Amino acid sequence: MRRFSTVPFAGTKQQEQQLRAWLEEHKQMPGVTMPALQKAQEIYGYLPIEVQRIVADVLGRPLAEVYGISTFYAQFSLCPKGAYKISVCLGTACYVKGSGKIYEQLQEKLGITGGECTADGKFSLDACRCIGACGLAPVMTINDDVYGRLTGDELDEILAKY
Amino acid sequence: MDTVNIKINGVSYDVPAGSTILEAAHSVGIEIPTLCYLKEINAIGACRICMVEVKGAKSLVTACVYPVSEGMEVVTNSEKVMASRKTNLELLLSTHDQNCLSCVRSTDCELQKLCRDYGVEGRRFTGSREFYDIDDSSVHMIRDNNKCILCRRCVAVCSANQAVGVIGPTERGFATHIACAFEAPLAESPCVHCGQCITVCPTGALTEKDDTAKVWAALQDPAKYVVVQPAPSVRATLGEAFGMPIGTNVEGKMVAALRRLGFDKVFDTDTGADFTIMEEATEFVQRVKNGGALPMITSCSPGWVKFCETYYPEMIPNLSSCKSPQQMFGALTKTYYAQKMGLDPHDVVCVSVMPCTAKKFEIGRQDQSAAGDGIPDVDISITTRELARMIQRAGLRFDQLPDEDFDPALGESTGASVIFGATGGVMEAALRTAVELVTGESAPAVDYEAVRGTQGIKEAAYQVGGLTLNVCVASGLSNCDKVLKAVQSGEKHYDFIEFMACPGGCVNGGGQPTQPGSVRNFVDLKALRAQALYHEDAGKPVRKSHENPVLKKVYEEFLGQPGGEKAHHILHTSYVPREKNY
Repeated sequence: MRRFSTVPFAGTKQQEQQLRAWLEEHKQMPGVTMPALQKAQEIYGYLPIEVQRIVADVLGRPLAEVYGISTFYAQFSLCPKGAYKISVCLGTACYVKGSGKIYEQLQEKLGITGGECTADGKFSLDACRCIGACGLAPVMTINDDVYGRLTGDELDEILAKY
Repeated sequence: MDTVNIKINGVSYDVPAGSTILEAAHSVGIEIPTLCYLKEINAIGACRICMVEVKGAKSLVTACVYPVSEGMEVVTNSEKVMASRKTNLELLLSTHDQNCLSCVRSTDCELQKLCRDYGVEGRRFTGSREFYDIDDSSVHMIRDNNKCILCRRCVAVCSANQAVGVIGPTERGFATHIACAFEAPLAESPCVHCGQCITVCPTGALTEKDDTAKVWAALQDPAKYVVVQPAPSVRATLGEAFGMPIGTNVEGKMVAALRRLGFDKVFDTDTGADFTIMEEATEFVQRVKNGGALPMITSCSPGWVKFCETYYPEMIPNLSSCKSPQQMFGALTKTYYAQKMGLDPHDVVCVSVMPCTAKKFEIGRQDQSAAGDGIPDVDISITTRELARMIQRAGLRFDQLPDEDFDPALGESTGASVIFGATGGVMEAALRTAVELVTGESAPAVDYEAVRGTQGIKEAAYQVGGLTLNVCVASGLSNCDKVLKAVQSGEKHYDFIEFMACPGGCVNGGGQPTQPGSVRNFVDLKALRAQALYHEDAGKPVRKSHENPVLKKVYEEFLGQPGGEKAHHILHTSYVPREKNY
């Protein structure tokens, strides 16, 4: 069962106006719900219930339907991204070098599963595919910092820097 | 009618152009099995059970959505077709809990029947499978996704017919399941408890909450005086649970069965319905005379009432303040009848048998305890399906029961109350009484044909004592929704509106016996069941609510004037705006 973010919603009036304006302009378009969610995610970074309610209300669709679409496509995120976005490469080279294990350890240490964000909004964790640094495998990035030839023992020290 | 010539299993037929293979085959007596297909609202070709061979097509096609064309050759029963259906059933079973022994739908489950028909043995495929918590948060039903085959019939009725759409398919792949938005428990969603999803579910994934144990306990308790009231439409459908033809009126046998189950008194919700008409017609006439909120809208259907409170709270002043027949009956049982019989209302248990799951919600509403706080008007509400199970458990051979009459004190009814069970019935019954209230004269005509029939929206204009009354009748909440939008935009003007949450009214309620897709898609259940009620009305000696002798007596002895202070205290209620959280 999907777990929902406990990070408080911090959307601004401005973001809401931007979303509503887009929805009003496009609501007659056939099949508008998916692009509407894409727009909403572009504005807010993720699709919490507060945002999906706006989409459902303006489009006149049931929230259950909007939610169904938001959970069908992997590119939609229901969790916010953290101040520090951790991305672990699960591409072939990194994976054979043990990045799967690193990803698991990070989930344990942060107490979240992939795609989620810690309750304090500090770290979010995602898996990604090859970032082109196979020579450094296994690799992860935290925002723009790249960490290569990782071992599980280093993780605490790295996280402590943020 | 344009036809095309096709061959089915080597035999040539002329079939209507534009029909699907499923419809064409049905018209010539060949059944193709379906699971997901629901006529008009769920033609999605998802379950892959209706696969047939079409000559020249590169693979098997889904008969429920594939149109016929001239010269088409279809095979519905080849080895390839049957093997494919069997494999698809086995795949469905791979994520199904297969607990048939303890499932309430066993023997009337569409999946179980197909598995038997196709010789499916046990669990052929084992692999990834999700396990789901059972959602029993709501008062009226249980969702067990471990039995769900993702046919989406429930989703289709919830959004297409009922305009509510509180459930939908969620996630994807093996994790796909039907849920409320953000996995909210059903009780926290704006579900209106109509139960239409239960009646269309092909498996045991959706079931009413079984309250029969509470009824058995009350019947066993010597300190309790247990009164039962079956709703008008239950007599038109209960026979189906015992294999009788759809539309058989089993009133006499139903009464006999209830008596043999041990109820102290077998009364009739129809009597409550006559009181509803008396109060509602009086309220309507008062609103017309005193400039009250119009259109006045009926309040018998608890699904509609909750829909109004949740989706149209601004229309609450237009709702009639009358309690529903179920609640009026309960209120009178706990006040008038208890007093008359010298019973403590705390010891009286009022059980209702309803075509409806929303009635389970209604009995717990606020302002529904005429005899005092903590004494609900109705204690337990069971559906037609639950009554059928009680009769089966008690070992009563239903078809061999004699025809018996209701107990007299609160068991007499009129033709007007009988037709409450069909869309338009409440309107017609109210008109029969309102016309005489306005003119003060006995009106010879009692048949208001324009408001009969199973169309979703009906309208008519009647001349009543110099006034023109514009009335509207709608059933199915999406139709109610359309009417309300037209009223609010000023496009339509009505004085009196009857709304029923379920399409066709109570005869097609969410608590009625289930019928499989193979019946539902080709037979107009609503019309056949309603006929049973209109026949009974036509044959009744008294056809106007205000002429019910019980009614006259109770007003004289106890209630005073219709619409008066005491009647208001006992027979009327209030409403609350509700949040739409999910």
